[in-house]
Amino acid sequence: MSDVAISTEVLLAAEGITKTFPGVRALEDVSLRVRAGRLLALLGENGAGKSTLMNVLSGVFPPDAGTIRLGDGESVSFANPHAAQARGISIVHQELNLVPGLSIAENIWLGREPRSSSGFIDYRRLHADTAAILARLDLNVSPDTLVGDLRVGQQQLVEIGKALSTRARVLILDEPTSSLSSHEVEVLFGVIAELKKQGVGLVYITHKFEELARLCDDVVIMRDGRVVGEALYSELTRERIVQLMAGRESKDVFQKSTFEPGAEILKVEGVTLAGGGAGRRLLVDDVSLTLHRREVVGIFGLVGAGRTELLEAIFGLHPDRTTGRVLVRGKPVSFRSPADAIRAGLALAPEDRKRDGLILPMSVAANASLASLRRTLRGGLVSRRRESDYILPYVDRFRVKTPSLTQIVVNLSGGNQQKIILAKWLATEPQVLLLDEPTRGIDVNAKREIYAFIDELAGNGLGLIVVSSELPEVLALSDRIVVMCEGRKTAEFTRAEATPERVLHAALPDRASLAS
Amino acid sequence: MPLSPAIKGQFVQLRSLIALVLMTIALSLLSPHFLTTDNGINILRQVSINMCLSIGMTLVILSGGIDLSVGAILGFAGAIAAGLVKNGLSIPGTDVHLQFTTSGAILAGVLVGALLGFHNGVAITRFRLPPFIATLGMLSIARGLAFLWTGGFPITGLGADFGFIGTGAWLGVPLPVWIMAAFIVLFLVVTKRTRFGRHLYAVGGNERAARLTGLNVSRIKIAVYTLAGALAGVAGLIVTARLDSAQPNAGLSYELDAIAAVVIGGTSLSGGRGTIFGTVLGCLIIGVLNNGLFLLNVPPMLQYVIKGYVILVAVAIDQASAPRNRDS
Repeated sequence: MSDVAISTEVLLAAEGITKTFPGVRALEDVSLRVRAGRLLALLGENGAGKSTLMNVLSGVFPPDAGTIRLGDGESVSFANPHAAQARGISIVHQELNLVPGLSIAENIWLGREPRSSSGFIDYRRLHADTAAILARLDLNVSPDTLVGDLRVGQQQLVEIGKALSTRARVLILDEPTSSLSSHEVEVLFGVIAELKKQGVGLVYITHKFEELARLCDDVVIMRDGRVVGEALYSELTRERIVQLMAGRESKDVFQKSTFEPGAEILKVEGVTLAGGGAGRRLLVDDVSLTLHRREVVGIFGLVGAGRTELLEAIFGLHPDRTTGRVLVRGKPVSFRSPADAIRAGLALAPEDRKRDGLILPMSVAANASLASLRRTLRGGLVSRRRESDYILPYVDRFRVKTPSLTQIVVNLSGGNQQKIILAKWLATEPQVLLLDEPTRGIDVNAKREIYAFIDELAGNGLGLIVVSSELPEVLALSDRIVVMCEGRKTAEFTRAEATPERVLHAALPDRASLAS
Repeated sequence: MPLSPAIKGQFVQLRSLIALVLMTIALSLLSPHFLTTDNGINILRQVSINMCLSIGMTLVILSGGIDLSVGAILGFAGAIAAGLVKNGLSIPGTDVHLQFTTSGAILAGVLVGALLGFHNGVAITRFRLPPFIATLGMLSIARGLAFLWTGGFPITGLGADFGFIGTGAWLGVPLPVWIMAAFIVLFLVVTKRTRFGRHLYAVGGNERAARLTGLNVSRIKIAVYTLAGALAGVAGLIVTARLDSAQPNAGLSYELDAIAAVVIGGTSLSGGRGTIFGTVLGCLIIGVLNNGLFLLNVPPMLQYVIKGYVILVAVAIDQASAPRNRDS
């Protein structure tokens, strides 16, 4: 095979793409080329415009200006994703777009079901074609399985299978590995290598640098809606990439302050949370831990380890399914609802901010004051002036970037949304702050700011529990680290004892070996 | 240039206002009877019943629910008040017979409405029934109770005191219009300026987040349905007093007019977005339309068709100008 010939064939070119959303210039004069048999990594902080660009290329919405050309130079405009698919461009979105009540086969071929001569769906062919795809993905389930019954990682693979089924010439993958197990990641990488050999051009969006080395040929780096760097992967160093993404020299390591821990503020003894559905698996199994003032306890574990559920159980979200003891400042408490927990001085910033954290149609001020509205009353009524007077210091403290307090939060970036949630909780003057993946989906700069806040809050006498699945983050932030696996606490390390290897090892199930 | 949601909200209301003004101008030109003080007051009086229901419906829809039972509750509450004021209440199996004053009967009517609304709220929160189902059941229950209570016959001859609610006037303005105005002001303040109002928007905007922020979602929802029921009770009193007769069938399908007014007023059926002011405009639009079509001698059958299209067009315009929420 002639590598050079293949590598220069352009399959898809974007030229001068510009796209504006209300108040935001999402893309400005962006150009890139997807070449046959090569993987182009698209890097950038959240909000840099990567997903918008991919949505434009795959026909989700049209650009305001610029052209999209296919390999033969033909200028195209796609009315919808279907039209893009018909011209060989497929996308796997970050979020799942599956119908839980339909089978794997029906999902993969949705809208393109093979028909028999009588006009009905040809289930035999549907089944056989799907089985072939599942085999490629090493997914050992029947094509008739309902998608709703699959684990999230498996659903992600079905989504990828859907893209494979279109026999796309250009395949766009938007953070495809976010919920995959290490084995599933390996399978996916195998499939990608195979596609490259077949001359498919790939665009790959990721935040995980370690994936690049395995896959990547070309790199395009975006920032603030523009392309700021374009190079062969082999010509770039990790430092250079981070520097381009952040727009300035980046210091990788966060310098944590060490405070003398104060009195014990939260004690959790044998907390157990039963599963809600059939099977009654324990989501949290007999977990105990303590937290002191001026202390950050990190909880590390893989997806499904029960970390989120542990925080929810402590916070009184599932009173009917929770057993065990929780003590706040030495006194046993029994939270029947989050309101009880908040009264006792607890606060929980959830992992999925849009789903659990924010009231999207409400303003910055209304979101930030929601948990402390009582303090903004004048004569029993909410006073707008008092509300903004009360909430502004908190919003300012977290340096929320918003045109005004009346801005609707749906338009703000992930980092700013997280800061609003933190402002909301700080306004309740809590003593214990539970943070679930506080930097998920947040860009590098905002991440560093959040780290500094966590440090500062600990210094102010709060106790913090930080759940994270990013090992460097847990190691950098925590005074102590609790590791969970399959609902159980498997280890606890002091800062001095914790090494990446030891923590990771404790987080892996017994039967699995360390991925090389 | 797409509009930001905040501006868009104002725009929806502005549009409703413009539609109302245009309709008023057009009808003034088409009919000499339209733009008169008498007719204006007439429209307001006719609108007052739907306004009570629509204000309650706005609260329910803002919280992310729906209430199909308000028309039936209106019928039952009116019947209860009428029956109590006319006949009193004999407790079966005893010799006890309770006689009610007019104000006692009025209070009982509102309380019965609130109680059935509370029933809705409990069914939706404690027993986790979808609002559509819980209130659909109540629609049938309340209507059935109204027939049981009246034996299927109208209760008439309720006395001048009771009739005052429907036919009385102060400063030349009918009492129902005063009642309506009071509720508009009250609930403008409740939705804009109270914690309950803010919590209501939060629950409708994102129930999970509201719960995690420590809001008692169940209590808020129960309060909302109870209020909607009580307002339906008030509407039932007005209807009964105006006709000096409680019909077991009163309020049949009124819930649909209320939902229409809320939707025309720009409130989102998915919850968390909308205003009382928008609903007031929506109600007035429907009222003016009804009145105008009547004055223009449009056949009643055709009126239904026209009203249906007004609802469809209003919401279609809303949808067309709604920003498509896409994560970038």
